[in-house]
Amino acid sequence: MSQARSSLSRTIAAHAVLITYTLIALFPVFVILINSVKSRRAIFAHPLALPGPGSFDLIGFTTVLQQGDFLRYFGNSMIVTVTSLVLVLLFGAMAAFALSEYRFRGNLLLGLYLALGIMIPIRLGTVAILQMMVAAHLVNTLLALILVYTAQGLPLAVFILSEFMKTVSDDLKNAGRIDGLSEYRIFFRLVLPLVRPAMATVAVFSMIPIWNDLWFPLILAPAEATKTLTLGSQVFIGQFVTNWNAVLASLSLAILPVLVLYLIFSRQLIRGITAGAVK
Amino acid sequence: MADKRPVRWHIGVFLAPAVAIYTAVMIFPLFATLNLSLYTTVHQVSQFVGLGNFRKLLGDPNWSGQFWNALGNNFWFFVVNMAVQNPIGVALAALLSSPRLRGAAIYRTAIFIPTILSFVIVGFVWKLILSPLWGIAPDMLAAVGLKSLFAPWLGDAHYALTVMALISVWQFIGIPMMLIYAALLTIPDEVIEAAEMDGITGMRQFWKIKLPLILPSIGIISILTFVGNFNAFDLIYVTQGALAGPNFSTDLLGTFLYRTFFGFQLQLGDPNMGATIATAMFGIILVGVCIYLFGIQTRLRRYQF
Amino acid sequence: MHMKTLTSTLLASTLLAGSAAWAQTTLTIESWRNDDLTVWQQTIIPAFEKAHPDITVVFAPSAPTEYNAALNSKLDAGSAGDLITCRPFDASLALFQKGKLADLSSMAEMANFSDVAKAAWQTDDAKHTFCMPMASVIHGFIYNKDAFDKLGLTPPKTMDEFYADLDKIKKDGTFTPLAMGTHDQWEAATMGYENIGPNYWKGEEGRKAIIAGTAKLTDPQFVEPFTQLAKWGPYMGDGFQAQTYPDSQNLFTLGRAAIYPAGSWEISGFEKQAAFKMAAFPAPVPKAGDPCYISDQPDHALGLNAASKNKDAAMTFLKWVGSEDFAAIYGNALPGFFPLIDKPVKIADPLANEMLSWRQTCKSTMRYTYQILSRGTPNLENALWATSANVINGTQTPQAAAAEMQKDLATWYKPQQ
Repeated sequence: MSQARSSLSRTIAAHAVLITYTLIALFPVFVILINSVKSRRAIFAHPLALPGPGSFDLIGFTTVLQQGDFLRYFGNSMIVTVTSLVLVLLFGAMAAFALSEYRFRGNLLLGLYLALGIMIPIRLGTVAILQMMVAAHLVNTLLALILVYTAQGLPLAVFILSEFMKTVSDDLKNAGRIDGLSEYRIFFRLVLPLVRPAMATVAVFSMIPIWNDLWFPLILAPAEATKTLTLGSQVFIGQFVTNWNAVLASLSLAILPVLVLYLIFSRQLIRGITAGAVK
Repeated sequence: MADKRPVRWHIGVFLAPAVAIYTAVMIFPLFATLNLSLYTTVHQVSQFVGLGNFRKLLGDPNWSGQFWNALGNNFWFFVVNMAVQNPIGVALAALLSSPRLRGAAIYRTAIFIPTILSFVIVGFVWKLILSPLWGIAPDMLAAVGLKSLFAPWLGDAHYALTVMALISVWQFIGIPMMLIYAALLTIPDEVIEAAEMDGITGMRQFWKIKLPLILPSIGIISILTFVGNFNAFDLIYVTQGALAGPNFSTDLLGTFLYRTFFGFQLQLGDPNMGATIATAMFGIILVGVCIYLFGIQTRLRRYQF
Repeated sequence: MHMKTLTSTLLASTLLAGSAAWAQTTLTIESWRNDDLTVWQQTIIPAFEKAHPDITVVFAPSAPTEYNAALNSKLDAGSAGDLITCRPFDASLALFQKGKLADLSSMAEMANFSDVAKAAWQTDDAKHTFCMPMASVIHGFIYNKDAFDKLGLTPPKTMDEFYADLDKIKKDGTFTPLAMGTHDQWEAATMGYENIGPNYWKGEEGRKAIIAGTAKLTDPQFVEPFTQLAKWGPYMGDGFQAQTYPDSQNLFTLGRAAIYPAGSWEISGFEKQAAFKMAAFPAPVPKAGDPCYISDQPDHALGLNAASKNKDAAMTFLKWVGSEDFAAIYGNALPGFFPLIDKPVKIADPLANEMLSWRQTCKSTMRYTYQILSRGTPNLENALWATSANVINGTQTPQAAAAEMQKDLATWYKPQQ
């Protein structure tokens, strides 16, 4: 009896704490969303008030849609983010597999080499990167961005994925070899499906900085045809005038797709980390 | 000794794409930049100065003052992140992992949302909330009778850095929460059952059994936080500006680096000194990572099954 | 197979973008003036393209905080636009010295500008000019005229009158007397110290004395503006230490503040947003009868990327920028950015006109930190931001602030050692 009651009160306490923190996490997001559909006057007169008859105003969204082709920016962001993620996951998994599966000279050193990239911000290499892209005629193409983000995502991907690869049973792989499968088939048919959850982990961690990056789109692909959503939103942040309606509207729009991507990955993510990457 | 095995081409094939892209697009440009730290530019001509720039960074008061200030601030930024983020992350994860908790997925997603926001949004919304003018924070404090606690924190050299660190915790709490949550789920049921047999339950069970088992995860989070914090830049830049006010009290190594490397307002960019700071940062991070790998991680491993 | 379609789409889109440029010359303008994007698209560029149908102009601004870094990277790598908007003084001078900006000294249109107007985009010996001057900005104070009328105030002429007005506004309590904060720091320096300061150091006389080393930043005429700033805090409203620049703008345009320490660049934004009458007064003088000085700051110009592949078209555009036609269009499309051209230009906007008229009654000078003095480490302009904000916040005394400025300058500037 008393045990049931104490467990009930413990559940209530757990929910109370979690709800409190959820409110802390979501409150600022709520502030952004309600203010993105209010007039400027209303934003600053009552930032916490819900949009109502006097304050509801879609000016932010209409400004955003007028100033630039946001549908195209959105498409560019999607192409860049998804393609980079695919490449990071594919190449990262292949390298991680080689590092964790085979013993060869320089294995450890190569692992360390691939981890260096976590420790220096890639932005410092801007000039050399840009020179390379100019020489390769890749400026103002999405491919330039994809290459940079792939390089930027690989170190963490290799780091996390090689931990996972070690957990895949040797018996399984050896059975495959006895059946005459090539190493490539072992990787693609046997190992990759087993580490899918780990791939989701890497996908979530890599996706956020790519989607939100402002710097490389500005440097490598600022043309109208290749602008990303984050770069497009910057148009409203001026030297002296900041169009808060438009900034809030465009950035609220930018949250949604990345949230959807997160939800797609997150089921796999939890299973992924659970499978033992961080043990 | 002769290796009878044939050349294992597949290893090369597996490694080639990652190594090639990573080397060409990341390592080569980065080291081209770090290399600049050994040179100085006089009248558009580059001259080799060896470690001269490092001597200047650490010896010339015009540079060393800013450097130590930024390093000290960065250290405090890291301490606050660690001290707040880890306990909250662990607590949230522990609650989420309690069996038969309804709505765990919803909580998890909600708490992760700040992590996916861009820095522009985070900077804007916290400036709006903490602004003394528009009344969100002051009114909320007033509603619970604590109005006197409100202060213009972001403009006060005593509080601004700590507040920035707390905003950073708010933004990134999702990552430690997720990782520790996962670690808690991986603890074998047998271990928990055995503890319950011995009458170890509730909080005591958490402290005695679970916490030691998730220490390696906390270690990994700590090192990721360390690397992240010592590279941090964007949040300060959008919230407090490139001069990291008030009076450089929120200046981190990252903001110091970007201001020096790319220049700001009337200050011209100085790629040589910028690269010097970047190399120093790289060194600090490398030392931190090595201390973790060789000093801490090996000890933590002892607790594993 | 997925990848293949993607690559071909990418290729196709690049090719398309390439073929569009085939028919005529496209000029790209690099700028930090995000604010002016629609004005360029709707007024300035159409006016040029009408006369030059074979040239297409694209105004491609980036966020002001990123501009210098992005531009320098693009110039170094060779991917920058044909025309470069020039910051005044050293930032552009450095680009010219590196060979990134072309020498424009021989353009006939340069004769349309006075030496003072060109000074911000010349080598120190004034032999080479590398950007076509476009606009300057004037500093002063914009006030809420309705509020002044309601409280029976008149625009102050002297600092004493200024404080008397502020006291009355404060006592009444309806309005925040001064709409300014110190969070972003630069307003304290630009709209505070360098706005009221020239009246104390006698404009160009004081500025040149510092450059020549005949005066020090610890001399009374440079300490006094700090002493004045130290009195401003109580008029700036609760929590001004965390008040940002956009906060101040909103506070004023929402009608909740009486006086806004301003630059003329605010005019067009304010006029769109404010629902009350506005007027302006120049920085008050120390004592009645003192001569007045205004901070009249060269702000931006247009230069030619030395590596441009469309030099002919770019020069056509630059010639137009140096013409009276352009000055009239630009000055009226962006009220508050005043043409630097040496010809009378009619500005329609009354508030802009009011500020422009101060050129007749007061002597012009510019921010003393801009020319030559911010070349070294520590950077004098950065130091002024921090010290001005500190003085208003009360965390540094005026004397200590001045001493710090002098010490910073003397560490690297020979004439001050």
